[in-house]
This record gives sequence, C-alpha cells and structure tokens, in this order.
Amino acid sequence: MSRTLITGNAAAAWAARLARVDYVPAFPITPQTEIIETIAGWIEAGALDARMVTLESEHSMVTAAGAAAATGVRVFTATSSQGLLYGLEMIYTVAGWRAPFVLVNVSRGLAAPVTLEPDHNDVLAARDSGFLQLHAATAQEVLDLGLLAYRVGEDERVRLPAIVNLDGFYLSFTREPVRIPDPAEVDGFLPPFESGGLGFRASRPVSEAVAVLGGGPYSYFRYEIHAAARNALGVFEEAAADFEARFGRRYAPVETYRADDAEVVFVMMGCFATKAKAAVDQLRDAGQAVGLVRPRMLRPFPGEALRTALRGRRAAAVIDQNLSLGFGGVLYGELAANLCGLSDAPILASFIGGLGGRDIPPSEFYAIAEAARDAADAGAPPEPRLLYTDAELREMRRLQGIAAAERSERPEARR
Amino acid sequence: MSDTRFGRIQDLPSTHLLGGGTATCAGCGGLQAVHEAYDVLGENTIFVNAAGCMTLLSIYPFTPFRGSWLYTSMASAPAGAQGVRDALDILVAKGRIPPEEDLNVVVLTGDGAAYGMGLSATSCAIDRGLDFTYFCYDNEGYANTGQQTSAATPRAARTATDAGGAGAPGRKKDLFGIWIAHRPVYAATVIGSEPLDLARKIETARGIRGPKLILALAPCPTGWNFDPARLVEIGRLAVSSGVWPLKEYVAGRVVHTKLPRHRVPVEEYLKLQGRFRHLFEPQRNEELLAEIQADVDAYWADVE
Repeated sequence: MSRTLITGNAAAAWAARLARVDYVPAFPITPQTEIIETIAGWIEAGALDARMVTLESEHSMVTAAGAAAATGVRVFTATSSQGLLYGLEMIYTVAGWRAPFVLVNVSRGLAAPVTLEPDHNDVLAARDSGFLQLHAATAQEVLDLGLLAYRVGEDERVRLPAIVNLDGFYLSFTREPVRIPDPAEVDGFLPPFESGGLGFRASRPVSEAVAVLGGGPYSYFRYEIHAAARNALGVFEEAAADFEARFGRRYAPVETYRADDAEVVFVMMGCFATKAKAAVDQLRDAGQAVGLVRPRMLRPFPGEALRTALRGRRAAAVIDQNLSLGFGGVLYGELAANLCGLSDAPILASFIGGLGGRDIPPSEFYAIAEAARDAADAGAPPEPRLLYTDAELREMRRLQGIAAAERSERPEARR
Repeated sequence: MSDTRFGRIQDLPSTHLLGGGTATCAGCGGLQAVHEAYDVLGENTIFVNAAGCMTLLSIYPFTPFRGSWLYTSMASAPAGAQGVRDALDILVAKGRIPPEEDLNVVVLTGDGAAYGMGLSATSCAIDRGLDFTYFCYDNEGYANTGQQTSAATPRAARTATDAGGAGAPGRKKDLFGIWIAHRPVYAATVIGSEPLDLARKIETARGIRGPKLILALAPCPTGWNFDPARLVEIGRLAVSSGVWPLKEYVAGRVVHTKLPRHRVPVEEYLKLQGRFRHLFEPQRNEELLAEIQADVDAYWADVE
C-alpha cells in the first residue's frame, strides 16, 4: 500500500471519513479548523455521506455530539484548547450518557497568557471525565487511533466517548507519509454503529440522563462508568490485535522504544516523544542504555503495562508537557502512584518541558538522561525541574526591557 | 390559530398524558402549562431539558412522561435538540428507522436558562432553522434554587437576592421580542389558566416546521408567595390586568389572541402575591405602583 503525504489534521479527518461518520457537529478553533474544513469539503463533494452542523460554541457542539450519539448515529467532532475547556461541562456530562463518539483534540496551551502552540494541559482537563483518552505521536497514529477509538468506544462492554489527541502545529500542520487504509477493509474492522439500547424512538421511549436522589444511585452510575472505562483496556488490546491482523500496524497501549535493556528511560506522551526517540538513538550510539516509554493511552490508565515497562529500570525521566500548577507534572504524579510500593521501581525524575510549544532540543534530553542517572546513583529522586535555558531567560529579559522602555515613553510618564 | 381542532373548551384532550406524583410544588403554574401542552404535543415527543424546576420531573427510576426525555445542561438544551433532531433525520433519511419512529423535539426550559445562560444556544438554533419547539415555563426567577432574581423577574418583585424594600430593580426582559427579531416560524405567549388558547397555540406550532417559541407565564406559589389554591385566579388576573399579553407571531405578524377590553388595575394582580406585598404594606408605594401600571398601559397603548 502506498503512502500519502498528509497533515495530522488531515489524518484525523480521514479517520472520520473511513469510519463513515453520520454526523459532525463543529466549531472552528485554531489549530483544529483544518479538520472540519476538510470534512466539509468531502461532504460537499459527495465523498462522505454525513451531515455537518456548525454550532455556536464548543459547549453546544459537545451537547449536540452526545445527543446525536445517544440517538444512535456515529458522530465525529474536534476541538482544541480553550474550546475543549469551554465544552468541558458537557464533556463530563455526555460521558455519563454512555454515548460513544470520537472527539479529536488538537492540543494547544491554555490561557493565560493566550497562545496557539501546544501542550497537554487542555486535554488533561478532560482526564477525569469518563472519556477514553488516546495520544498520537504521528499522523499515521492519528488516523489509526481514530478508528480504534470508534471500535473500542462503541463496544458494548465500554460504550464511552473517546478523545484522540494530537499536538497542535508540530503534528496538526506537519505533513507525514500516511498509509490510508482501503475503505472496504476498514468496514471489516469497524462495522456500522450498532446502537443497541441507545436511541430515542416513538415505539421505544427512553429517559436519558435523569436526576438521581442520594449518593447510592449516584455512586452506582459513576462506578458503572469507571468499570466501563477499565473494560476498555482489554477491549483495546483485542481491537489492536485485530487491527494488526488486518493492517499490519500494532498499537499497544504503551509504546516502548529501545527500552528492553535500558537503564534509563524517558517517559513522554504525544509527538514530542519523537524528539525523545531521536535522542535515544544518539545516546545509544554513545553507548548509553537509554530508551523511551510512551503511553498512547492515558484513560483508561494502562497501569500494568507501565509497571511492566518501568520496573527494573534504574531511573525514569518523566517529561511532562503539562503543568498542574501548584503540583507539577501530571504524568509524573500518576506514575509515582502507579509504581508506589514496588521494590524494583525506578527512581522517578520529573521534568516539565514543551509548554506552549517550547522546544526540547537534543542537548536537554542528554542533560535529562544524565540527571536521571545521577539520581539513580544517589538513590533519591531529584527535585522536579522546569526546563528553561539561560538564553530563553535573556530573551525574556530583553522583551521586558522593551516593555519597560515603551512604558517610560508614554506621555504621562514623561511629565 | 382558529383553524385548530380546538374550537371550545370541550374539545381539549381528555387523555392526560403526564403522570402525577411529581416533585413539583403544589399549585405549580409551570407544571400546569406542561401538562396541558403535553396532551396536545402527544407522547411521540422527546423533551430536551435545561436545568430548572422541571429537571426534577424525571428522577431515577421514575418519569411522568410516556415519551422520551433527555436532560442536558443549563445552557445547551437547544444544542441537545439539534443533535437529536439531526440524528433522527439522518436515521430516517438513511433508512435505518422507519418514519413512524420519528419524534417531535421539544426543549423544556425555565426562564433562568431561557433569558440568560441559554440565550446564545437558543438564538443560534433559531438561526439554523432548527425544527423544534422551545417551551419556556417562565416563573420569573431562579425558582428551583429559591427564587433569586433572573432577567425574567418583573420590576419591584421581591426575590431571595432582591429582598429589600424596592424589590428587583430591573425590568422583565422581552424574550418574545428577542425571538421574533430572529424571524422564527412561530412564537406565542401562553398561560395555563387559559387552556384553550394554550392548546390552540401548541397545535398551531405542531403543524409548522422550524423554530417555534411557546412562552408560558408560570405563576409560582413558592417563589411568588401566594396560596397554591389561587393559581388559576392569579393566572387569569395576569391576563385581564394586561401584565401578560397573550399573543402569537406567525407569518411575520404579531396578533393578540386575547384583548382585555377593560383591563383590571395591575394592583389586583400584584396584591395577591407576597413578592409584591412591600408595595402595599406598611404603606402603599404609590410611585412604584404607578410606574408598574404605566409600563402596562404603555404596552397596550402601542397595541391599541
């Protein structure tokens, strides 16, 4: 099968097209907009038999997506950043409706200050919502995880919506060679949405999302969502095995790269992990036993796979492209809990990097690996570190200098 | 409107689709209007609900509705209606369900959502020409949380957040006017104490595709502080005093469906409600009473 050069955004649109989605509630936001524009073009050209509706907000968009899925059609939608947060009330709500659909989030840092470039604080705000959450690192993965997300979310053991995340700009607007599967083969992997008991019909009245009184019924339904999300681990493995048999590409919930004999591993999510891969190759060439562990799946949390990947290593450098303000890295916190009590757990070293698209150059990966090894030698976890260089600080001081100079030149300052 | 099957009060449905025993307060004017409307809408209706008093109609595992129900949020019920409407249209168009499985999509909202948080979702659903009925029970405050002031609260009404001597400082927002500025296919005001007028308007709305408003004044014994037994009396006074004009907008024109030829003084309506008692006791607030009457007179002067 030949490969086509397409952007990460186009790959997301292809996932929707190949899934033969019925309905696309949409709202524009950078850097996601290319996805809905691509889909709109296909609908216009008759290449996709779907209906697209532009809502007036992401809050309404997610509501319409959940309502349509709860009525029994296959739904796709996409957003980014502030849009995801604007819709967050409904992200939590529609997961409780147990209405499966796929939402692609194109990660972008959150205000304030407002920015366009990526980090994962947006998608992590949806972490506890009940949505399954998959993180792509390549355009191929965006497409393939999109298809897997439908298959897993619609499975009667799961019945939950899913977020597929890709990083804005670095992945959304980068063209990569992608194998676009044959539609008929995708049909074999992903049959039409069988809504089962879902759906409002004249002959079958349903009351959905009704109120409960008291903690007992509330807890019951919340536990049900949790159990369904946990079921998604096994269902994903099944679906991934079938996907590999059909398409030859294997997707474990956790990717490991040159990690089998690694003493030190980087742990990262998203497309910045490809920078870590390149650093691993360089460090391996220099004789260092370094590898990469990359969760593709964050929810449900693949705790067992991560323990298997990490135990026995001397150190794990967790590079969070997010910052839980007042705590630190989110993935670091989750891994610490996941490894707690294991006698052969690695020393965890926490690094924050890539916020708002800030680059992580090879030199920083080398320094991170060295710091992690030093921590292992010392037998104690180091203080979490916020990656920032002297050059960046100098540049920031220069900008502040300009701001101060401009301010001092205001007329009232001159008086 | 005169073309409906409801010529006289005896023509009203005797079906009573809405079950009893719900959690609403005694004498709820909102439930009264919903009950009357549901009999005309029929059971092939899905109510897409916005957070409010009526959210507590369906409490697991019970519902008073024979048809379907989807609770959404406070702000986005029209978007929920959009999703359901579009999905049903898609299913019918693609032959996945027969047309007889289709449903009438009705948003059920209070004034808190309709006049405030839900306004943008509503406005844009009208823009998109969504085929739905928007049923607002307007009890003139955030009643479900204890009658705090909303944008629907009338001038001088005492609420939990405007408990001082002057009551609410603002004027009730004209939601009907906001709707017709969008040029919807239909908009009407109704009240449960005028069931024939209400049934005719629901029936008219049912026969038209597109966005339709049914705005029901919902006297609220708990929030307005009156004896639940006086629900119908207060509702009738709202109409006969001219405080609540019954009207409809169809084919681009507003027509009043009841013209109170001899309007009773607004005082007669106000004095039965505890929320306006400060206008009469310990002494009459002539200035505010005159202002309220003048607002009503000015409205009807425009009409007449």
